[in-house]
Amino acid sequence: MSTFYPDQTSAAKLAGLMRSPPQPEYNSATGDGSLVSDPAVRAPLVLGKDVTFNDITETVCGYAEKGPGRWFWPTFFVAAQIAGLMPLMILYLIITGVGVWGLNNQVAWSWDITNFVFWIGIGHAGTLISAILCLLKQKWRTSINRAAEAMTIFAVICAGTFPGVHVGRVWMTWMLFPIPNSNAIWPNFKSPLLWDVFAVSTYGAVSALFWFMGMIPDFATLRDRAAMRLMRNPEGGERLPVFNIQVDRIRGLVYGFLSLGWRFSTRHWLRYEKAYILLAGISTPLVLSVHSIVSFDFATSIVPGWHTTIFPPYFVAGAIFGGFAMVLFLLIPARELFPGMKALITLRHLENMAKIIVATGLMVGFAYAMEFFIAWYGANIYEQYVFLNRATGPYAWAYWTMISCNVIAPQVFWIRAARRRPIVIFFVCVAVTIGMWFERFVIIVTSLHRAFLPGEWHMFFPTPVDILTFVGSCGTFLTLFLLFMRFLPMFAMSEIKGVMPQASPHKH
Amino acid sequence: MATKPRIFQTESGKPIYGVMAEFKDPADCYHAAEKVRDAGFADWDVYSPFPIHGIDEAMGIKETKLPLLVGAVGLSGAAIGFGFQYWVATWGYSTVVQGKPYGAWQAFVPVTFEIAVLFTAFSTFVGMMIFNGLPRWHHPLLCKERFLKVSDDRFIIAIEATDPKFDPPQVRALFQSAGATAVELVEDA
Repeated sequence: MSTFYPDQTSAAKLAGLMRSPPQPEYNSATGDGSLVSDPAVRAPLVLGKDVTFNDITETVCGYAEKGPGRWFWPTFFVAAQIAGLMPLMILYLIITGVGVWGLNNQVAWSWDITNFVFWIGIGHAGTLISAILCLLKQKWRTSINRAAEAMTIFAVICAGTFPGVHVGRVWMTWMLFPIPNSNAIWPNFKSPLLWDVFAVSTYGAVSALFWFMGMIPDFATLRDRAAMRLMRNPEGGERLPVFNIQVDRIRGLVYGFLSLGWRFSTRHWLRYEKAYILLAGISTPLVLSVHSIVSFDFATSIVPGWHTTIFPPYFVAGAIFGGFAMVLFLLIPARELFPGMKALITLRHLENMAKIIVATGLMVGFAYAMEFFIAWYGANIYEQYVFLNRATGPYAWAYWTMISCNVIAPQVFWIRAARRRPIVIFFVCVAVTIGMWFERFVIIVTSLHRAFLPGEWHMFFPTPVDILTFVGSCGTFLTLFLLFMRFLPMFAMSEIKGVMPQASPHKH
Repeated sequence: MATKPRIFQTESGKPIYGVMAEFKDPADCYHAAEKVRDAGFADWDVYSPFPIHGIDEAMGIKETKLPLLVGAVGLSGAAIGFGFQYWVATWGYSTVVQGKPYGAWQAFVPVTFEIAVLFTAFSTFVGMMIFNGLPRWHHPLLCKERFLKVSDDRFIIAIEATDPKFDPPQVRALFQSAGATAVELVEDA
């Protein structure tokens, strides 16, 4: 895996780059050169011999200007078809009613809320990487934060859809927000479901703002490159096939508009950096609050299996766990497919994230064990029954899928060789993503399907609409991420340049 | 001492924005910034693809007041968020929830926090843009091809004609003594 690099000339041809970016050489001891075990040696953040600031600009702008290669549009086409399932299924749901889902009188929340919590959890990794790792001055975050933030926004978009459409009368969802109305009705601010509305919308808005603000300098770079090409050759360059408009004019206009007139002034940079730190500082408690509030949806109820104080930290750990798995799930194939990306996302980045996965996986495993302990120690027969039923009842297969994917699979990362092989990390991340979906399914469905009275016991069976809506949301997520990789600066160029050795003003 | 308005023009009669000089790396740019600072200029700036570490000292820039604005707006957000919830629960649409008093404040904490975060985040961004004088459609420096490369890998210092000490030949000499690789006059656009 790590020995394979695309042929340099074909890589340059694919990406249309002027000069192919420097490729790291494989070394059996240090992988691509980033896995230095010697504590006295600082591992390089950007690989390649004599890599310059211009190499970074060419590589990253190359992705947005020329695209990542021939595979892109077919992949995008397939993803977009899958994404199309989501609006179709939602339309069918709105026209027909929530009965098209497999919900019943007892299990009134199922895949809808499972998908909501699954997606919102995935969204947590982006802000964690951009905010918490920023405050901790972890320089390695610079080459993964942009993609992780983008992933966050798209996951929040997918997440927000489910509670929006699960309310039955979709045309009344505006009542979630405190909007003055002729009935003089206001929402109940003492309900955790309303807290959730505020938490998720604040999170979506702040993450989008953080993401956009980070991209302003990179938009300016793309704008300046288009402007330079037009200055040199006012009538030349690529043109759009049918409309016969110069692509660089569109780029200059769109990227120019998005860059808000940024001109790399130091007086601006200093305020920008301060603003960035302020946003990181405010996003850190925000990211912790959002999944805590999501867990309040469950924890403040009196349903056995939900009514526990462990939920907020347990949900936050699970969110970070699942989110990092999704970041790796997207970036490991991307670094194989995009020429030159291996120099930016090194094996060390992957190893660091694998370590976070095993750490948060253990926290989640601890929470699973603690739930059982408290059920026994708390001596509440309903609580005890719910947990026994989880592990041995009709949904035992889902419970044990969750345990094997979330607790057992990440343990391979204790082996150094395993967490240094992208293919192994990739498959563990697939397992973790499946496991985290099942975690939410197990929490929601197993607690609901057997209530206090046996007469209320019901099983939940998903309908094709349930399944296709979820599949459609995966397609939506992937489509948005592919569009991001194609048209927006996928790496924070200015931040990467800032952590390169030659950026220091004191080495002369 | 009254200062008479000084207008600098190019030979073709265009007003001058200032003089810019290019430096080859962050270290040269940093030391040049120190020289410009010591020469006593006020209207000038360093342009670099990323913020150079410690450049605020080399330029003699004071810390921004942005955090004060953000703190004030964030706290007002918290007050507005809490006040609104309290109003809704006690007066606007009072309903008994779980037998608690109408104004049981504990339940209002999560939304108060979220509103405070929302206000903080947007005031950070909007405040940063306003303090920076952005957004703007255009700038004289952006007409220069040499300047556009700042967004890639160049380091430029520009002294503006509005500075009381501005004098093109002297500025040029200062830049050259600081090790500039190129010096250019920038017309006002």
